[in-house]
Amino acid sequence: MKRKKVRITIKKVILTLVALIFAISFLLPTILTIANSFMSSTEINTNYGVIFNQYKESSYGERNTDYVAEKVNLKFIPDMVELSQYSTVLLKSPEYLLKFWNSVILVVPIVVFQIFIALGAAYSFMRFRGRIREIIFFVYVALMLMPYQVTLVPNYLVADWLHILDTRWSIILPGIFAPFSVYLLTKYMRRIPNSLIEAAKLDGANEWQIFTKVCIPLCKGPIASVAILVFIDYWNMVEQPLIMLSDADKHPLSVFLSQINSGEVGLAFAVATIYMVPPILIFLYGEEYLVDGISYSGGVKG
Amino acid sequence: MPGKKHVTEDGIEYKKHRMSKKDKKNAVLYLSPSLIGVLVFFVLPFFVVIYYALVDNPISHQFVGFENFINILQNSSFQQAAKNTATFSLVAVPLAVVLSLGLAMLLEGNIPMKSQFRTFFLSPMMVPVASIVLIWQVLFDYNGVINQFVTNLNMQPIDWFKSSYSQIVIVILFLWKNLGYNMILFMAALSAIPRDVLEVATLESATEFQKFWYIKLRYLSSTILFVAILSLINSFKVFREVYLLTGDYPYDSLYMLQHFMNNTFRSLDYQKLSAAAIIMCLVMCVVIGILFFAEDRYGKDVEG
Repeated sequence: MKRKKVRITIKKVILTLVALIFAISFLLPTILTIANSFMSSTEINTNYGVIFNQYKESSYGERNTDYVAEKVNLKFIPDMVELSQYSTVLLKSPEYLLKFWNSVILVVPIVVFQIFIALGAAYSFMRFRGRIREIIFFVYVALMLMPYQVTLVPNYLVADWLHILDTRWSIILPGIFAPFSVYLLTKYMRRIPNSLIEAAKLDGANEWQIFTKVCIPLCKGPIASVAILVFIDYWNMVEQPLIMLSDADKHPLSVFLSQINSGEVGLAFAVATIYMVPPILIFLYGEEYLVDGISYSGGVKG
Repeated sequence: MPGKKHVTEDGIEYKKHRMSKKDKKNAVLYLSPSLIGVLVFFVLPFFVVIYYALVDNPISHQFVGFENFINILQNSSFQQAAKNTATFSLVAVPLAVVLSLGLAMLLEGNIPMKSQFRTFFLSPMMVPVASIVLIWQVLFDYNGVINQFVTNLNMQPIDWFKSSYSQIVIVILFLWKNLGYNMILFMAALSAIPRDVLEVATLESATEFQKFWYIKLRYLSSTILFVAILSLINSFKVFREVYLLTGDYPYDSLYMLQHFMNNTFRSLDYQKLSAAAIIMCLVMCVVIGILFFAEDRYGKDVEG
């Protein structure tokens, strides 16, 4: 009996260690980003100069007289906590805040309207079935699985016809109609027992009331989790703005951030940390939804 | 999950309750905002794409049949890109499924601080793409952290982004980013397995492996499919990172179909672009067909 207990304890310790190793390697980039954002640019340069200076000199040609360590130096604790990067970002360079705002006005409408429209579509897919519905749903799944570069061509053509190229609409409109959330919400709505809907009907509820009073309240969790997924996806968009918006002033911070990487690494960490704030807040608020909302999720067809 | 009611493939189920006129009107009404958008922005222009793929150039509009398709299939960079993309997805997606299931079972086990671990595994979702790119550079650059480690072991440093190892770096990136969410899906599915079934198995002195193979896996089958689909979608999205790490023309083994499309798009070669888009679309339709088939075959075993 005793030996068995020991064996279980050993197993527990090993499993915990494995989980811990995984967890650390998963957390590392997040911690590194945040930690590095509090270093001075000199310190960043000392640590990472070996890697990034090669790019720096090619793009700016400015002489760098700072000390650069021979080897790259992975550091989690700054020598001195400095907010200089943040003050540069927040006070001296308004373009970062502008780009941040660009991200917000691109992403928020996409998330809000995509969910609204998807709720209707998902409701329709749940309530009514038939051969035509199967075909339409197949098209949705197919579109959802296409790499962006495939749907890019049709998107671009339409944007051109509607004369919305170079405006935010060229990203927002296709984003609103992206089928991803329709697919997920349909899956969740399927879990609503038919008896509930029949009961509502017997009580004299019309279709709109079933939709708004029965389905949507039951789907709160899924709606939150889909919103999180869609938000994070679009918050990090890169390809769409590069293709649709030739005017760099309208680019979201996700694109701009990738372009400052090579130049000022220290700044990039600070900007990245600021850019991480909305996802973190949403995450803290919604993690439970993300976990619960998906408690049953099987299959392809929904 | 009232699974059986939805199996309407045979046409019998919905003949019994044929939709009333009012139902039809409602079905259209609720679907139409989304459907109109999808038609306008995705489906209808796709017919124009098909048209472009069949003509020789946008000015003379001469029909050339399948010439554009043949050209593109013979194009060596298209072949390279298709091969790389297929290899990547075929390696990364199964790995993502297996590893995330492993992680989920790890957290199912008897270990402390489960919810903290869960949050840690999810944390990569929050990191901005650009920041991921920076960190991957710090780690995998020729002068980077990993190579320092490698040289400390008295081995030759590896040029991670410009060698046959480059796909490995991207697979790691993909897994790092996506395992957490997949794991959550599996944890949910694992906790939905009826306890009594497992208890009976224990009483019948089934081994852990037997319980996993004969019971859990069957209950997980539809989640496995779902995770595979999400991973497939995300395997195409890893292009963002690859693109930011290596630019328009990366090392050969990192040249993806998305690079090919992007570069063709830049050169405004609509014929080539359209033909490539249609070929990718057809391949994806086959993949989806296989997934639908697999779901019919395996996905619904235990739900009804």
